[in-house]
Amino acid sequence: MSSPVELRPVDERVIDAADIDESDTPRLISGRHLLGLDELGPAGIQQLLSYTDRFVEVNQRAIPKVPALRGKTVCTLFFEDSTRTKLSFETAAKRLSADTMSFSVSSSSVSKGESVRDTVETIQAMGVDAFVVRHKSSGVPWQITKWVDAGTSVINGGDGWHSHPTQGLLDAYTLCQARDGSAGDDPSLVGVRIGLIGDVKHSRVARSDVQAFTALGANVVLIGPQTLMPPSIAGWTIGQGTVEFGHDLDSLLPSLDVVALLRIQTERLGESLIPSAREYTSCYGITAKRLGRVRSDAIITHPGPMNRGVEVAVDVLDHHPGVVITKQVANGVAVRMAALFLLLGSGTNIL
Amino acid sequence: MTAFSLLIRGGQIVDPTGRRRADVGIVDGTIDAVEATLDPADAEVVIDAADAVIASGFVDLCARVGEPGNEAAETVESAAIGAALGGFTTIHASPDTQPFIDDPSVVRDVQRLAAGAAISVRATGAITKGCAGIDLAPMREMAALGVSLFSDAGRYIGESGVMRRAFEYTNGAEVTLMLHPEAADLCGPGIMHEGECSSRMGVPGRSAVAEEIGVGRDLALARLSGAAVHFQRVSTAGALKLISEAKAAGMAVSCDVSSHHLDLTDALCCDYDTNTRLSPPLRPIDHVMALGAGVIDGTIDAIVSDHCPVVPEAKEMPFDLAPTGSLSFETAFAAVWTALDVGIEDLLTLLSWQPAKIARLGPTHDGKIAKGRAADLVVLDLGETWQVSGQTMVSPSHNSILEGRTLTGRVRHTISDGNPVVVDNLAYL
Repeated sequence: MSSPVELRPVDERVIDAADIDESDTPRLISGRHLLGLDELGPAGIQQLLSYTDRFVEVNQRAIPKVPALRGKTVCTLFFEDSTRTKLSFETAAKRLSADTMSFSVSSSSVSKGESVRDTVETIQAMGVDAFVVRHKSSGVPWQITKWVDAGTSVINGGDGWHSHPTQGLLDAYTLCQARDGSAGDDPSLVGVRIGLIGDVKHSRVARSDVQAFTALGANVVLIGPQTLMPPSIAGWTIGQGTVEFGHDLDSLLPSLDVVALLRIQTERLGESLIPSAREYTSCYGITAKRLGRVRSDAIITHPGPMNRGVEVAVDVLDHHPGVVITKQVANGVAVRMAALFLLLGSGTNIL
Repeated sequence: MTAFSLLIRGGQIVDPTGRRRADVGIVDGTIDAVEATLDPADAEVVIDAADAVIASGFVDLCARVGEPGNEAAETVESAAIGAALGGFTTIHASPDTQPFIDDPSVVRDVQRLAAGAAISVRATGAITKGCAGIDLAPMREMAALGVSLFSDAGRYIGESGVMRRAFEYTNGAEVTLMLHPEAADLCGPGIMHEGECSSRMGVPGRSAVAEEIGVGRDLALARLSGAAVHFQRVSTAGALKLISEAKAAGMAVSCDVSSHHLDLTDALCCDYDTNTRLSPPLRPIDHVMALGAGVIDGTIDAIVSDHCPVVPEAKEMPFDLAPTGSLSFETAFAAVWTALDVGIEDLLTLLSWQPAKIARLGPTHDGKIAKGRAADLVVLDLGETWQVSGQTMVSPSHNSILEGRTLTGRVRHTISDGNPVVVDNLAYL
């Protein structure tokens, strides 16, 4: 009566290397790194989302831990503050039984990006299998791939305004889960109309969301004042989905299957891109009044942390059944487990 | 005692009067004889120019030579040798050294450093003190020391009142004001061309319109002051159109373009390679094509190298923080010769004869290969192909935007003041 997926305790004396069937270990389609969803491509995105289903299941177990990354070391190298994403990656690594290292490099100690290369090479010397990198300058994870050893993977934890691939994936996963229960073998968002509302111009979440959603065939509308929109959206889509600008939130809301909110960073208020937070909220915030125009069957997402009172009125989201923010957080761990597993793991039979 | 100190044999001369096969006999720093055949026994040193083009040496209006202040990246000595390898016999050092070339004392310092250099290295003076755009620098004092070109080293003079005063103050003096036309206030924190690539890459951009604003304003101010104006490193179709219209209306306007902007587009930046960061930034293909057309129709008066050495550590910084610039002396001619479909005369006009005029080098540098002209010459192999490698360049820096590219066109010899400083593509100190 042995089931194909056994609940095995993580214990050196019990698990033999011989127990692990490495021959069936899948690898990430796009190669050694996870830097951006355009490089991952629709096939890679589908692969990752399908694997996320398995790790959602692992996370629901009484002991949410598998030995797949035993002996591997994952280092979170964050040059920019972040509690949530870092915690999410570390949790993911630990649930796969990897060892973790964490470096938070504050802007005072690495001024003007002087020592990114030195930092990477120093840590690499301690023995690292994967770096999860976050930096406020776009492109740094790509630069880092030039400085790591041949066998080391680089995962982009968010670079500047540019890319946050695991966020795009977890958002896409959450939508599939909300609509179909899971991603399955052929996740799809064809025909789904998604409104991405807020500061798209400065948002790596927005760019990765557009890539992930369109890779699954969705139609995305970018909604906000033009000062917060990018100068061009050419080349933003992957696969069959579409993307367009929209400026009148009130008229667009009833047509949206998904309301994807973005943060308004307080720094932007200082740059005079929008006259004031109050004006932003009255035109583009989800106020109690505006919530009435959101369909009751719509899904509402937010990458966190929320600026209550700015992009969304203080308690408005507590009243809508389609809010999936906490699921996003849980799915984030699962997506990151899938990514780490496909980059570094061994043996699907021990999941 | 021989008749010539140097004889160049067997080459094809290309100069403003046309093409002809002739030997060139040089006495010290001056061309002494140009005839179908000259006797090699009559010369102390003979160099071979068979199957090659002989022309007056290139004149660069915009280059950074590192010294004083940034010697780790480049020195006057290494810059001069690099420039000679690229066919330049005169280069103008950009004033953003440390200290800025905004004072006669610094001019004298640069001239002293340049005295022993392989080719002629001339100082460009700053228009404003510290190139800060606030107070005028002592331009007339610097001009008295022989400085003929002035610029604020790639900085836009934001205060229109200051720009007007600069025009009025230098009006009538034998100097050329070279202006960077990109209006900084529109560009903000932008680090590359604002468009599809910058948007996909998630980096702030610099709109092409900023250059039109700058050119428009400076043309109006030049017209108001009755002054001549030269625009440095034009990179956009819109700015070029305004310049073309001003020329057609009879204004004293000239402009130059960097060799990189005739060849490369902003798509090159997509991998976040910091060697692709330039100022002004690389633009999309329609701008590159417009500049190419400007070379052919004469709107563009000169091509500059825009040589900018940067130490490797600085180029390893994140894309948005790394300094802009690429090495260019050794590749400028070949890059443009490879990229553009133009005749060698057109290229020589823009690399040698016209920049010499803009720099006011005088009648000995009018481009003609004739008795009495300065013996600042270049011998070119137009068909030779070679591969670019920053590591093998003479500069202490290695930041070449053309790394790994194969180019056509190579400098065989460079003669500076009658001395063969480069022979068979090797520098002789």
